[in-house]
Amino acid sequence: MKPQTDLTASETLLQVEGLRVHFFTPRGVVEAVRGVSLHINRGETLGLVGESGSGKSVTSQVLMGLIQLPGKIVAGEVKWKGRSLLGIDSADYVSRVRGKEIAMVFQDPMTSLNPVFSVGMQIGEVLRYHSGLNRAQAADRAAELLDLVGIASPRARLRQYPHELSGGMRQRVMIAMALACGPELLIADEPTTALDVTIQAQVLELIAKLQQDFNLAVLLITHDLGVVAELCHRVAVMYAGRILETGSAAALFHDPAHPYTMGLLRSTPRLDQLRPRLVAIDGAPPDMAQAPTGCAFHPRCPLATDACLTDAPPLAPRERGREVACWRPFAPAWEQRRETEKAHAS
Amino acid sequence: MRADSLPVEPVIRVSGLSVRYPIGGGGFWGGKQRFVSAVDNLSFSINSGETLGVVGESGSGKTTTGRAVLRRVEPAAGSIYFKGQDITHASGEPLRRLRRHMQMVFQDPYASLNPRMRILDIVAEPLLVHGVVRKLSDAEERVARLLSLVGLPADARKRYADAFSGGQRQRIGIARALALEPDLIVADEPISALDVSIRAQVVNLMQDLQKELRVAYLFIAHDLSVVRHIAHRVAIMYLGKVVELGERNSIYERPKHPYTEALLSAVPIPDPELQRARRRIVLKGEIPDPSNPPKGCRFQTRCPHAVEQCRVAEPPLEEKEPNHWAACWAR
Repeated sequence: MKPQTDLTASETLLQVEGLRVHFFTPRGVVEAVRGVSLHINRGETLGLVGESGSGKSVTSQVLMGLIQLPGKIVAGEVKWKGRSLLGIDSADYVSRVRGKEIAMVFQDPMTSLNPVFSVGMQIGEVLRYHSGLNRAQAADRAAELLDLVGIASPRARLRQYPHELSGGMRQRVMIAMALACGPELLIADEPTTALDVTIQAQVLELIAKLQQDFNLAVLLITHDLGVVAELCHRVAVMYAGRILETGSAAALFHDPAHPYTMGLLRSTPRLDQLRPRLVAIDGAPPDMAQAPTGCAFHPRCPLATDACLTDAPPLAPRERGREVACWRPFAPAWEQRRETEKAHAS
Repeated sequence: MRADSLPVEPVIRVSGLSVRYPIGGGGFWGGKQRFVSAVDNLSFSINSGETLGVVGESGSGKTTTGRAVLRRVEPAAGSIYFKGQDITHASGEPLRRLRRHMQMVFQDPYASLNPRMRILDIVAEPLLVHGVVRKLSDAEERVARLLSLVGLPADARKRYADAFSGGQRQRIGIARALALEPDLIVADEPISALDVSIRAQVVNLMQDLQKELRVAYLFIAHDLSVVRHIAHRVAIMYLGKVVELGERNSIYERPKHPYTEALLSAVPIPDPELQRARRRIVLKGEIPDPSNPPKGCRFQTRCPHAVEQCRVAEPPLEEKEPNHWAACWAR
């Protein structure tokens, strides 16, 4: 299903500026997020792509106010419709916004649902807290929501407990719960990773449909480039707590500028192509308790120069509305390395 | 007949294999013992130097298939042949000797390496257990060679597993599996727990090792893209049955079974234009409970092409084109 952009309503809902999150652990300070800036417009799907430890989930947790000690937001600003979500005096505003205007769906629907309450109770709780409905009204609305996310015989399902539902069904319940108060932004953290392939397809179709029907903004956090290609208008690629490249999905997939983005695409086997050999990225993502100096990707980058070892490149605007954090972007990095290797060999 | 004119025996051949697990009933409270048929009437073979990809969703029986081939679970019916020799009921010392030739690589490289053992101990353990070397010190050189084979520095052997990243741990797991120079490695989702940028490293390594050592792989995965890349032949499983089996290209370019078609269409391609132009076959409903599979064809409850016959009789696995089998009445 095609994600649609409503160009008439490009109102910025969420604005993140210079966000830094540190975790104070016995092993030292882990700099999980190191200066992330991003924005999401109404009705737009932004894909946040990264590997484990890239800081993508921590970034989303900040938006939902889920950072707790030893984690701490040490710098930056998060604004929802122009008003800060982080200041102490914004507590009232935050409690009105979170769970109501911004809602979240998690990766593992089993551990995100409470096993001792029925599905109806759990959806009803959200409705009674945020919308002030009574029990009967909440039950009616909960049934409507289950119907909306494609669950058959919703009345009967309301009385069931999470263990009686399959993984795909639980994820639908999570989505129904997130939609309960008519959110404007849905944050989905790896919503299909724990699901089987055919069930993943169902959930992706559902998210795309809801996005269109309600003009939802979606922040989709994932490591799966295929899922991004299907659902997202724009993409931000994260690595070691920073955004390395951001731009339209079309630009990023067809003409990646950062060597890491290029490397990810080149190393991913594709269903529609047969390649003789995958081009692997050497090395492994860094331990964030000892993040590399300069550009964090330099130990694995085929194009790294001395500048990359000492100075972290800023996320700088380039053509086609793109931003790239690299001292040597827009070179077809991996071909270039081959050329140099060939030149050395001969 | 001269020995070299004999047809080459496949490394592993499985014929009519079924595995059942007890699921309650019987025992102290009496009642009739009930079973779930995890794998039902399975037949395939793998040649030396070949990779058979086994693809399926939860409950398809793909992991049980791997375990049965390794003789880790007892089959309820059928036969397993290793290089032509019937090993279905091997036990005791013959089974122990057999294990040298068939090894396993696990999904989770964090759970499958003992954190209290050095890498040397981990990789040398199979050598000691099978009496290839007498003392640990005799294994040092071999372990160093194995580690360099999988792309790890030789001094890695003095360290513990927690000093290594996920991708490096999976390399250690592969080195351990290779220690006894097996003919077959069963790899159960060996890359799905790894980071995206690491997966290609392990896939490339497995392919290189196969070329060098002619080892056969039974590669179990749910990721169809990886299987297309690594497998020579592919088996698609659904609720304990192989629904389609054939050459890789044939399966991916001309799928015969509606389930294979749906699976292929469900995998998103990392290309926004292509992906958004694709038509997806969205299967209705969930995977049925394997302990109570549907009558007739097991896929009929979700199949968009089901006809009357599918609800009454189970379709046999038929050769629909040369070297390409599918179990479907409608095709």
